[in-house]
Amino acid sequence: MSSTTLAKGITSGLRAAMEKDARVVLLGEDIGKLGGVFRVTEGLQKDFGEDRVIDTPLAEAGIVGTAIGMALRGYRPVVEIQFDGFVYPAFDHIVSQVAKLHSRSLGTVRMPMVIRIPFGGGIGAVEHHSESNETYFAHTAGLRVVACSNPHDAHWMIRQAVESDDPVIFYEPKRRYWDKGEVGEAPDGDLGSARVVREGDDVTLLAYGPMVKTCLQAATAAEEDGRSLEVVDLRSLSPLDTGAVLASARKTGRVVVVHEASTFLGIGAELSAMLTEEAFYELEAPVLRVGGYNVPYPPSRLEEEFLPDLDRVLDAVDRSLAY
Amino acid sequence: MSDNEVAPLETAYGVDHHVTRADAPDRPAQEGGPDMVQLLSPEGERVPHPELDGIVDALSDEALRGLYRDLALVRRFDAEATALQRQGELGLWASLLGQEAAQVGSGRALRRQDYAFPTYREHGVAWCRGVDPVNLLGMFRGVNHGGWDPNEKNFHLYTIIIGAQTLHATGYAMGVQRDGDVGTGDEGRDTAVIAYFGDGATSQGDVSEALVFAGVNNSPVVFFCQNNQWAISEPNEKQTRAPLWHRARGFGFPGIRVDGNDVLAVYAVTKQALDAARTGQGPTFVEAFTYRMGAHTTSDDPTKYRVSAEVEVWKHRDPIERYKRWLTTTGKADADFFDAVDAEADELGGSVRERCLAMPDPEGPEMFRHVYAEEHPVTAREREWFEGYHASFEEEVAR
Repeated sequence: MSSTTLAKGITSGLRAAMEKDARVVLLGEDIGKLGGVFRVTEGLQKDFGEDRVIDTPLAEAGIVGTAIGMALRGYRPVVEIQFDGFVYPAFDHIVSQVAKLHSRSLGTVRMPMVIRIPFGGGIGAVEHHSESNETYFAHTAGLRVVACSNPHDAHWMIRQAVESDDPVIFYEPKRRYWDKGEVGEAPDGDLGSARVVREGDDVTLLAYGPMVKTCLQAATAAEEDGRSLEVVDLRSLSPLDTGAVLASARKTGRVVVVHEASTFLGIGAELSAMLTEEAFYELEAPVLRVGGYNVPYPPSRLEEEFLPDLDRVLDAVDRSLAY
Repeated sequence: MSDNEVAPLETAYGVDHHVTRADAPDRPAQEGGPDMVQLLSPEGERVPHPELDGIVDALSDEALRGLYRDLALVRRFDAEATALQRQGELGLWASLLGQEAAQVGSGRALRRQDYAFPTYREHGVAWCRGVDPVNLLGMFRGVNHGGWDPNEKNFHLYTIIIGAQTLHATGYAMGVQRDGDVGTGDEGRDTAVIAYFGDGATSQGDVSEALVFAGVNNSPVVFFCQNNQWAISEPNEKQTRAPLWHRARGFGFPGIRVDGNDVLAVYAVTKQALDAARTGQGPTFVEAFTYRMGAHTTSDDPTKYRVSAEVEVWKHRDPIERYKRWLTTTGKADADFFDAVDAEADELGGSVRERCLAMPDPEGPEMFRHVYAEEHPVTAREREWFEGYHASFEEEVAR
């Protein structure tokens, strides 16, 4: 056990993956000497060389497009997209190529690629640096989409993502990069599994990435009011661990989904529909959603108004319990 | 017949959709210009070229006849596919008519270990790589989206998104570099990659990005642009102000224009470029100057946008006729040979037709297969539901 930041948990995970398999290569902008703008790849080029930690030209379609070619040659590329809002030039390659090549080749080609995306707001950044675009990718068959929330998962989930024979979109909660925690000796379940991070009886909070911490804080605050909240870290958005979600929902009968992305057609919409279909008679209240509004991510002076916070989560808990 | 009417072409190209409206705008004649490499004139005369003659001279008569056979069989296959589409057996077909030399010349310059990344029109390259032509029909018949193992013949799946494959080729070439399979001097090991694309694709950002990545990495990739003058209805001048082969210079590597209807020139130029790539000299941009004699696809109607006079000009530059003339006048092939190829072509057409019609429709549950390499619960659940749903009808019928 060692205490480290979430960012360094990913660094050590990548390092372990690269030591284990010489076919793992990293591609991205400024990931070499600089170590990436968030320093997640710091030191890796020095240790593994410029052929395995590749400072690419500044072109996202080019990065993902060439990573596809490297995967076809037998490599396992890990791509860094510098910021969430920069992934769109690569959207075509991710959705039309990466996601479909296994299927188009009738299973003869694999795309063991990881696309790392620092996501979400809360750091006072300029436009295009604070987005949560996970729904686009979770909506695309052929991709797996995960989001880590703490150093332990950051370390182990990136290793699992690299080892997956399917393409994985790996979301990193950028405002939690500097949060510290222990990295344990083994992963908590497989890459597609959710995890109950706090047990409770009254209301279930479903969250992932940066909102897990917010929900844990909300649960602590609610405890003072005598309310017992269960917090489930979804970890995987595609597939969703419906078994874990349903188990918690059946236990509490009340569910609030929390994410930074707009609620309209967000992951919460899918969870709400799924819970209604699968657990209609066991719910005491409609599934409520707390998330971003259906507006472009606002200027940073307004982001506190946009992002779900402890109060908005507790407000939803109150509304759920009022049914 | 009035001046505004044009007689249907009798035509080696089979179909009459080159007949075009008389009010289509005039275009400048498409001339390759003095920089275009040509080893065989449209009349079938050998044009000397001190730098490249050696490459062609090294080909045996048998190999030279083999190129003719490729050209003829590929055209016959393509005609059969067009006919199959017309008869409703294919949903769509993208004909290569007129581009046979560009594809066969470049395809035959590849070595076994090389890797080709096609668009959706590279039937001639597929043929040279040894891909069973019936496999090419699957996606056009709607039974799959590709369906061959790209690694079996080092021929990637057809790519419909224009230009995307140029990046895949470049990335593959970056992998080749990391494997150390460049510049070893071992002919069975040194590997080049070839990316096929068209004149329309050169407007895509992906192609420019591929040229950037290949340039800065000095990757062993040949960018083979078949400039067939038309991107569906848009002529070349809507895509570019400068000749396409000039573009390479700005990316820091050589560009060359070759007569795409001259199989010998295409072979020689491509071989030279592939050899440069294999020996570590980096990428080359080859512009094969050719012409799309047919429609963009069977869904297109070129009479709406191009004039027949233009097609007539290119008809006289036909890649197969000129090569046949040269083989004949030089005594490298005789009538018996051509007859035998014709017979083989008809046989190929017949077998392709037969095997196309025999291609089974996929079963419903097939769509759930291979979405993921490792099981994905959502897809697995939906497949289970789908099978149960359909089974419920069978049970009802049984009752």
